[in-house]
Amino acid sequence: MKAFITIIVFVLFAVTGNAKTIRVGKLQAIKTIQQAIQIAAKGDTVLVDAGLYHEKNLIINKTIFLIGINHPVLDGENQYENISIKADGVVVDGFKVVHSGVSSIEDFAGIKIYNRRDVIIKNNILDDTFFGIYSQYGTNCTIEKNTLTANSKEEQQAGNGIHCWKSDSMRIIANTISGHRDGIYFEFVTNSVIWRNTSFNNLRYGLHFMFSNNDAYITNIFKNNGAGVAVMFSNHVKMFNNYFEENWGDASYGLLLKEISDGYINNNHFTKNTTGIHMEGASRIAMEKNVFDNNGWALKIQASCMDIVLTKNNFISNTFDVGTNGSLVLNTFNNNYWDKYDGYDLNKDKIGDVPYRPVSMYSMIIEQNPPAMMLFRSFMTSLLDKTEKIIPTLTPENLKDDHPLMKPLPL
Amino acid sequence: MKKIIKYVIIDILRNKIMLAYTLFLLLISLSVFNLEDNSAKGLLSLLNIILIIVPLVSIMFSAIYVYNSAEFLELLVSQPLKRKTIWLSVFSGLASSLAIAFFVGAGIPILLYEATATGFMMLGTGLLLSVIFVAIAMLAAVITRDKAKGIGVAILLWLYFSLLFDGLVLFVLFQFADYPMEKIMVGVSTLNPIDLSRILILLKMDVSALMGYTGAIFKNFFGTQTGVLLSFLVLTLWIVIPTWLSLRKFNRKDL
Repeated sequence: MKAFITIIVFVLFAVTGNAKTIRVGKLQAIKTIQQAIQIAAKGDTVLVDAGLYHEKNLIINKTIFLIGINHPVLDGENQYENISIKADGVVVDGFKVVHSGVSSIEDFAGIKIYNRRDVIIKNNILDDTFFGIYSQYGTNCTIEKNTLTANSKEEQQAGNGIHCWKSDSMRIIANTISGHRDGIYFEFVTNSVIWRNTSFNNLRYGLHFMFSNNDAYITNIFKNNGAGVAVMFSNHVKMFNNYFEENWGDASYGLLLKEISDGYINNNHFTKNTTGIHMEGASRIAMEKNVFDNNGWALKIQASCMDIVLTKNNFISNTFDVGTNGSLVLNTFNNNYWDKYDGYDLNKDKIGDVPYRPVSMYSMIIEQNPPAMMLFRSFMTSLLDKTEKIIPTLTPENLKDDHPLMKPLPL
Repeated sequence: MKKIIKYVIIDILRNKIMLAYTLFLLLISLSVFNLEDNSAKGLLSLLNIILIIVPLVSIMFSAIYVYNSAEFLELLVSQPLKRKTIWLSVFSGLASSLAIAFFVGAGIPILLYEATATGFMMLGTGLLLSVIFVAIAMLAAVITRDKAKGIGVAILLWLYFSLLFDGLVLFVLFQFADYPMEKIMVGVSTLNPIDLSRILILLKMDVSALMGYTGAIFKNFFGTQTGVLLSFLVLTLWIVIPTWLSLRKFNRKDL
């Protein structure tokens, strides 16, 4: 850490030539960070020693490097916003931000960016903050390797972990978020990437997208959140290599897609969710090489979806593979592996010769009449399922995979 | 009492049908576990066997056995023995031999291949179902004097518990689809030991799907420690009540 700081300082000197370093601490001449910022010039570094600082609302209005040594604690005393960033290119690195104010009128955050660009917030620990890190009209900012924890009890009185509003070109990388309302929240955010984050035990969604286009989230883990991940009213969102696990409850999904178009969902793992993916009003989405295992319903595709193309996915040990609410099918299933497929492969090309219908009759019955779940797997219902397979009446005729794979794909 | 139980068990073993039943169960469970590549699917096939074959064999074998040993019962009644002792001994003999057959035939493969919570739940409910249907068969046999009629009643009862009851429930569910039926369904499920056993196993097997709204109500009731204890208590009542009723009938019966 020290070596790293020395390098940064060194580089700074090389670049700016005359930038200085201001030390803040109990044993230093300057005792408070606010004081240090007042005397700092553009491009200076403020080094803060470990210790407890009651800075009330710390406003950074100059382009400086604010760096904490061994995580100095900034206490918001449950009244103030800890750090407000009101200058371009600010770096906040290595602080412990605790006890921010809670308000239902103002969105107090641990660290908040106001209409600025090129801000870097990294290696911070946020504990018991209302909103964690908040970007309002931020551009090209990096939020990296922060740990955010909160103990929210009710949705109405909780803030989001990383909240981005009307921002662009954001990079959210390797953060760990728990106990907030939404782990990561995007509203009107464009051209941004969310990469290698872990979001768990949040009250509502692990990740929540609203009206955010052309974004990607890659290799994140979303586990045990109130209702999984929601992507709504957005287009051109790419979802790669994520893990959606253990989202349990009737209105809980691994991934909820609502009014989404032109998305890509590739190489994700959906494990032990009540519903793996729930789609409503989604269109033009390509889903490839995902793994659905041990879910109640792997997929629920409402009849309002169109042009969803599912190819080369593995469906293993799900109670129901696909559920739907109507007979209209405008989606394509092809070359998926279904472990419930009981067809044959005469020409040995590893593709089943008869189509597989992933919607079982009983899943249709349960869709209409949820208490019928009580009779699931009884002799009666297996009889109904068998007769339905011979003469389809309730299940949509066109919802089928014409070329099901005989062996699971190595994913 | 011990002597009569011993005699009944020896008599049943000599019968060879019980041996065939054991081998049949053993064969099916072993092949089910060996054929399927994942043992969860094996369990699913076994679930159907436990819920259909076990009650059928239990109820049929016990009913036929009671009718066939009518003369033996008459002989015993003429001895200085309490009727209660005689009847309970026959019950214990039948119940223990069927339970042992199930344990050897299905229990040992389950323990070998799938010693998980689901497996143990299956083993427990399978044993209880064996005994429950012995009790029901003995009630049917003591009520009807005619052998053909009695066996017919036993078959009907099996059909009712494994098929007709579910059909009726489904019918009621659709008739009252606009009403909140979830909590009532928990109560209704206790009226059929096969349904109750199935739900107990499902709670271990399809837990993700059962976390849905209705499932959550089942889970909240049956999934908790008290819920499991309570359901096992209900299953025990399914043994105790038919046995008690048949015993009362047998005590007053003119043989």
